[in-house]
Amino acid sequence: MGAPLAAAVEHEHSHPALQHHFENLEQQREAGTLGMWVFLVTEIMFFGGMFFAYTLYRTKFPDSFATASNHLSLPLGAVNTVVLILSSLTMALAVYSAQVGKRRNLILFLVLTIVLGSAFLGIKAVEYRDKYVDHLIPGKLIPGNPFNPAVAAHGDTDPHKLHLVGNAKVKEVEMFYWIYFAMTGMHAIHMIIGVALLSVLLYFAWRGRYGPEYHNPVEILGLYWHFVDIIWIFLFPLLYLLGRHLLHSA
Amino acid sequence: MKAPETFETPAAERVNYINAQYGLKSWLLTKDHKRIGLLYLGSISFFFLIGGLYAMFIRLELLTPQGDFLSSATYNKVFTQHGIIMIFFFLIPSIPATLGNFLVPLMIGAKDLAFPRINLLSWYIYLLGGIITIYALLAGGIDTGWTFYVPYSTTFSNSYVIATGAGIFISGFSSILTGLNFIVTIHTMRAPGMTWFRMPLFIWAHYATSLIMILGTPVIAITILLLAFERLAHVGIFDPANGGDPVLFQHLFWFYSHPAVYIMVLPGMGIISELIANFSRKNIFGYSFVAFSSLAIAVFGFLVWGHHLFVASQSVYAGMIFSFLSFAVAIPSAIKVFNWTATLYKGSISYDTPMLYALGFIGLFTIGGMTGLFLAALAVDVHLSDTYFVVAHFHYIMVGGTLLAYLGGLHYWWPKITGRMYPEGWGRFSALTVFVGFNLTFLPQFIAGYMGMPRRYHAYPPEFQVFNVLSSAGASILGVGLLIPLIYLIWSMRYGKRAEANPWHLPGLEWRTPSPPPTENFLVTPVVTWEAYEFAPPEELRVIGMFREDEGLENADAVIDGKPT
Amino acid sequence: MSEHIVSLKVYFTIFIALMVGTALTVWAGLQDFPGPLNVIVALTIAVIKATLVVLYFMHVRYSSRLIWVVFASALFWLGILFALTFGDYWTRGWL
Repeated sequence: MGAPLAAAVEHEHSHPALQHHFENLEQQREAGTLGMWVFLVTEIMFFGGMFFAYTLYRTKFPDSFATASNHLSLPLGAVNTVVLILSSLTMALAVYSAQVGKRRNLILFLVLTIVLGSAFLGIKAVEYRDKYVDHLIPGKLIPGNPFNPAVAAHGDTDPHKLHLVGNAKVKEVEMFYWIYFAMTGMHAIHMIIGVALLSVLLYFAWRGRYGPEYHNPVEILGLYWHFVDIIWIFLFPLLYLLGRHLLHSA
Repeated sequence: MKAPETFETPAAERVNYINAQYGLKSWLLTKDHKRIGLLYLGSISFFFLIGGLYAMFIRLELLTPQGDFLSSATYNKVFTQHGIIMIFFFLIPSIPATLGNFLVPLMIGAKDLAFPRINLLSWYIYLLGGIITIYALLAGGIDTGWTFYVPYSTTFSNSYVIATGAGIFISGFSSILTGLNFIVTIHTMRAPGMTWFRMPLFIWAHYATSLIMILGTPVIAITILLLAFERLAHVGIFDPANGGDPVLFQHLFWFYSHPAVYIMVLPGMGIISELIANFSRKNIFGYSFVAFSSLAIAVFGFLVWGHHLFVASQSVYAGMIFSFLSFAVAIPSAIKVFNWTATLYKGSISYDTPMLYALGFIGLFTIGGMTGLFLAALAVDVHLSDTYFVVAHFHYIMVGGTLLAYLGGLHYWWPKITGRMYPEGWGRFSALTVFVGFNLTFLPQFIAGYMGMPRRYHAYPPEFQVFNVLSSAGASILGVGLLIPLIYLIWSMRYGKRAEANPWHLPGLEWRTPSPPPTENFLVTPVVTWEAYEFAPPEELRVIGMFREDEGLENADAVIDGKPT
Repeated sequence: MSEHIVSLKVYFTIFIALMVGTALTVWAGLQDFPGPLNVIVALTIAVIKATLVVLYFMHVRYSSRLIWVVFASALFWLGILFALTFGDYWTRGWL
């Protein structure tokens, strides 16, 4: 067997991270990035079904949705929005640090992103707890604590009671809360997965696997993280803000 | 890196993807797309047999007008489970996950799919979904119909809706991952010289299929998930008892499930394009029309789902729009049929088994498609909705279309997959048996349905018996026709005649590597300089990278080009 | 490596823009605009914020045409879902 041919057949392994079926790191990177984008397309369609349900029922039951929306905590929602956008910034800076090969900064920003992501989830948990206390968890999602909110009488300002706006009905408020829990719950699950993946990434970053040559995992996890951020950018006004102005007229 | 093969190495001693490693572990942990394709082949065959068993029960029950073999409740479960198994666990993965998995990298000259580990993961996800569904069937079954219509599925059904839904939800992810892998692979892994318009039409079809998998499957996933919660926790947006709208469920369900029909048939059309061109030994007529019609079907397929809701209190205006759009989707399908027919014209046609399946496909798919136009017509559908006319129509597409294409493709690439030939005589015999049996089964159903026989009942008025007896008789013939290949294909894996690299003398890349291919697919990275259906004399169609020991490297390069000088 | 490295200045500018957008949307949500204007303002701000994230944080502005197409196709198909289904709900009362 001729030696020159063996050399021609054998492809070069220039980098330990290069998988055998790719020709070079550039091709591998392209595939990874495109793969994540295609995955995000499926995510858009996945959330899209719920966004559609939200839009449909909001147009059907505007007063009930405003009532329910007003019961959510605007300060907590707004703080969470800031926290999440901040985590997007730290994630972007983590990608930047990997690109320019600053390992310590990469680790720092990954840790910050994990902390901010966890803070978001913590605040979300506080909000969920408030809804639990007010018996606003829809249906029989929590056994033994069915949806059963107290409705405020005219002039009653108790914040734990529902203040019905216009033609609002309690049954339709329950529908809002189901959509709220479905959407924010699904969003939170994505956050938890994101934090878990970030922790794995952090471990490999600490081991020094990523540098200017190879950092595609950091990059594509960044795409995922920003996408989860975008979902929240829409959820925040839709769930917390629309109908807020009706409070004045009520 | 092992030494490259030469012509002098006897076929039996060559290292290929099958004999490269032995043992169960080497299969269960494989990242080789070819082995994963075979894993899928085994599992979908298993589910096909289960689905076939239910079909047998249906046809036995319908032999007589009285509901005497199965109770109405059992019959509800039997037809539901037939549908669920056949659609979600056989038809949707059938061609993409087996032949697509095996062939997409081979046909574009890649070493593997872009994400081999995700590919293996998709098989395990499929298996997990399948096991959960089988559990649901054994625990007591499900009776909602494969469509899970609300409020029956949320409130009234006492069967295992959530477990079955979980199985389908999970297996959906395997479909998403397969589609994702195909799209990325086709975009980034094509061999040098393999331009978009040199790709075989099988690849175009799989690209279009992947688009639907990516864009549609997530919607059914969220729909089924929300449905499960409605049942579990009495919260919801679908069930009127919760203030929801059952038609919303139908919208979201069919947003995926109508395009899902194209997930089933598009890869079949890809196979037929290969078979028609290659067994006529002619370049396909209107390559770019056939290629783009696949994409057009993928797009138009998403615009027509409302024709399932014509009698479901959908607005008449929406019905008119959906009716019009449903007619429009016939155009790209017709383009394909006309182009295949034009390809046959003056071709040097050989009637090998795969070609028999392909010709059968054209006829049956045309009947299935034309009867689809009846159902797309708003007024006619009011009469035909939920009758056996609908049942016959979609079986002509799913069985007459997809299953025939799948069998044709399986025979055609069998020598590449196993390195063995199937017995040609038995192949032709079973192809004809399937064709006859299929038509006898479903042609009478068109008439019974048109006369008004409703679907999904275990008993029927006696005047429909003649059609049902014919149908059940046809089903037996069809069953035999499907069992014969099962037997001889397994037999041929051990005893079949050894296949050469290129038994049909074709230009496609998958034929320019040994049979069975080595783990890395090609001995050297191929450089493509020819069009997809550019036929050449057999002596020019040599295995890429394989050369005689005395030829030296310069000649090897020439062979890599595809046409030695 | 042919990738584009986005400068720190761009990242921080976008971050500030997103913060301003968040403050603006909260403020706008508390105002009583006429008609459906509240919804329009809230969604416009959300779309602008999302666009900034996609273009700069997710590097789409510097990416190949393919990524644009992939992303646009998701929006297109989401549009199909919304448009055709709403087509049904909107026209139900017409007859």
